[in-house]
Amino acid sequence: MSFINLKEKVVQVKIVYYGPGRGGKTTNLEFVNRTYRKQILSEMVSLKTHGDRTLFFDFLPFDMGKIKGYDIKIQLYTVPGQVKYNATRKLVLRGVDGIVFVADAMEKQREKNIRSLNQLHENLQSYKESIFNIPLVMQYNKVDLKEHGIPILPLSVLQKDLNSRLKVPYLEASAITGYNVAATLKKIISSSVISIQKKLL
Amino acid sequence: MNYGIVSQEQLEQIDVILSDKLIKLGVDCVIIIDMAGNIITAKDNGESKYDVYSFAALAAGNFATVDAMAKLVGEQEFSLLFHKGQESNIHFSKIDDELLLISMFGQDISLGFLRLNVVDVVEKIRKIWEKE
Ligand SMILES: Nc1nc2c(ncn2[C@@H]2O[C@H](COP(=O)(O)OP(=O)(O)O)[C@@H](O)[C@H]2O)c(=O)[nH]1
Ligand SMILES: [Mg+2]
Repeated sequence: MSFINLKEKVVQVKIVYYGPGRGGKTTNLEFVNRTYRKQILSEMVSLKTHGDRTLFFDFLPFDMGKIKGYDIKIQLYTVPGQVKYNATRKLVLRGVDGIVFVADAMEKQREKNIRSLNQLHENLQSYKESIFNIPLVMQYNKVDLKEHGIPILPLSVLQKDLNSRLKVPYLEASAITGYNVAATLKKIISSSVISIQKKLL
Repeated sequence: MNYGIVSQEQLEQIDVILSDKLIKLGVDCVIIIDMAGNIITAKDNGESKYDVYSFAALAAGNFATVDAMAKLVGEQEFSLLFHKGQESNIHFSKIDDELLLISMFGQDISLGFLRLNVVDVVEKIRKIWEKE
């Protein structure tokens, strides 16, 4: 649930990057953090293990400017991807307004993507939210690996595995080079803001 | 209250309560957040400069974690959450299932005194919500 402050005309929108471990969620936020310094209100917060894996979440507040006189403050979160951390993944999803599902396009990660998406579905249900209603964007990440001869799942397979029923907007991306990172963010922000506006009417 | 949206009037009333009951006593900074990590309102004594957005995200995560631990050991909740430092302290108090009141204060206020006032503030804020 986004939070709307009518006195100061501020809308806070919570966007969560979700997906299997090592798929590139943190890398997405790091790219945004580097590229949009001016719009970022403060330092990126990362709660991670000694081995540099996300332990609880990454957090990055992002200033969108004004829409219809309201100041839009975007709060970007990632979840920890490792299987054992589902309890904390669930906590981060509380009150989410929009989700980017970061799938790992590497061939060997095919099963992990599907399992992670199924768990997202269950986790949202525990908050009485539905994966079919919440603003969602699919990001097929690491497409740069193709150039390095590493087997990548074709777009048609990714779409069939992850997006045949959801039919949400999707983008191929490379978080490490920044390809389509901003486009993904713009897409999920606009879907989330539209959905919030609808709820307000 | 229609959760998710707070009217200007409600916020003004809440800000007055926070100022009168906590800031005037010497509390450095008071923040009300929801469990998703959004800031409902923040008041300070004009001197403290906290990064309230990051603070809210971390505080919501911290509270949610402790809450989940309470459930694991069979408690309804750990109602008091308090972090003590050399110079500053942080006190968490649940307003209702969705909202948290967080006070940051120095060594010149005792925890007991703060708690008394927080209880009072929480009651008053609940009344404002109920009026809706
Ligand atoms: N080649 C390539 N590697 C990536 C890409 N995105 C992330 N990585 C790497 O994959 C690993 C895991 O990324 P990370 O962002 O920590 O994944 P997270 O567990 O989803 O947060 C890191 O070594 C990243 O450098 C990408 O687009 N292409
Ligand atoms: Mg990570």
